[in-house]
Amino acid sequence: MEEPIVQYKNIRKSFGDVEVLKGINLDIMPGEKVALIGPSGSGKTTIIRLLMTLEQPTGGIIEVNGENLWLMQNKKNELVEADDKHLRKIRGDIGMVFQHFNLFPHMTILENCMLAPTIVKKKDKADVKKTALEMLDKVGLSDKVDLYPSQLSGGQKQRVAMARALMMRPKVMLFDEVTSALDPELVGEVLEVIRDLAKAGDMAMILVTHEMDFALDIADRVLFLNEGTIEEEGHPTEILVNPKSERLKDFLTRFTNSR
Amino acid sequence: MAITEITLMLMRGIKVTLIVLVLSIILSSLIALIAGLSRVYHNKLLTGFTGFYVEIFRGTSLIVQLFWFSYALPGLFNIHLGSDIWVAVLAISLNYGAYMSEIVRGAILSVPQGQTEASIALNLTRFQRMRHIIVPQAIRMMLPEYGNYLIQILKATSLVSLIGLTDLLYYGNIYRSTHLTEAPTVYMIILLLYFLLALPLIGFTRKMEKVAKKGVVHG
Repeated sequence: MEEPIVQYKNIRKSFGDVEVLKGINLDIMPGEKVALIGPSGSGKTTIIRLLMTLEQPTGGIIEVNGENLWLMQNKKNELVEADDKHLRKIRGDIGMVFQHFNLFPHMTILENCMLAPTIVKKKDKADVKKTALEMLDKVGLSDKVDLYPSQLSGGQKQRVAMARALMMRPKVMLFDEVTSALDPELVGEVLEVIRDLAKAGDMAMILVTHEMDFALDIADRVLFLNEGTIEEEGHPTEILVNPKSERLKDFLTRFTNSR
Repeated sequence: MAITEITLMLMRGIKVTLIVLVLSIILSSLIALIAGLSRVYHNKLLTGFTGFYVEIFRGTSLIVQLFWFSYALPGLFNIHLGSDIWVAVLAISLNYGAYMSEIVRGAILSVPQGQTEASIALNLTRFQRMRHIIVPQAIRMMLPEYGNYLIQILKATSLVSLIGLTDLLYYGNIYRSTHLTEAPTVYMIILLLYFLLALPLIGFTRKMEKVAKKGVVHG
């Protein structure tokens, strides 16, 4: 039996008095594609932000490759809060693409892609450049490498952001509503890149998305989140075509109507 | 010709003015960067200490600080800061460094949170985040205001004649004290010379405003 690459064990997260995650249990297998759907405020973005170490859980354990993410053992074998070094070691396997791209505006497209492999992994600059050019070619931007992010469209920016994240060869890639900030006509080009990545196989993907058809198409499993709990989960057709719970039916109806 | 004579006399002081100006710009920029970074760093002791420094030096006048460094410190604690030029540079730099650290701090805090998050996702260390992502963008944002402070530093250098430095204004005053009727001409030429010195700094500020507006330096 293959081991999960990511495990959430009874994860809780509060912001002030508001509990946004109320005990999440979730296993992600290597290479698995999981879509998170649900109304806004249901906690789906928080789930992936915890894994990227952008937020710290209030309770529970997250494991990556069987190693505790937010806690570590000190010299006396006591469990203590993870330090920066520990976090950096574990999150090296994780990559993320953001809703608002978050490209570095003072660097060219190529420099955006080359920075982390060069200074974090200390790889040879010429090799990194070669890989970056290949990666940018893969996302269809080989003619834009020397431009700055401000000179690109939203869809192009998001494709750069994906290339940049892929440069670090993550085993798990997180997508946080990556098409929500895009003009409708630019959504397709971004989804296409993600679809190619999904078909390519070996990287696990967690997608927070509002694109139901897309989720149906590429996900191995869909999770419906509601008020901080996983309300329903299963194969995409099961969830999206034959929903069981009233809340999910409600959500899907409202969603279809609003389009 | 009186004008040539006056100008020649004043030229003897320009050297001191320029030396104090250039050294003060370098030192105050360094102080501003270090103090500005310290104030956003998550360390209570460091943040507290720099906060104290900034408020002390912003809250008291530069002339008084000059006198302190020049006369009070040596008298009270037997601390001698070396030559008068260094006393002047130190006082001006600490004073303006305090003001300028606020623009450094403000600029760093105004870099969007998403930039930090993207750097974490790419696994950069804290130092790399600052060095490659936050500080370069912050510097771009603070440059126009920085240029303004450079012009102010130039004007502040005219105070150093009060602690006996032989700068532009010092020679002007000397000349005037022996040629009382020519006072208007003397001070007109002094104004003009200060303005000429300020011109490159004004040009720099203008250029930086354009750079900051674009957000990104192309090429």
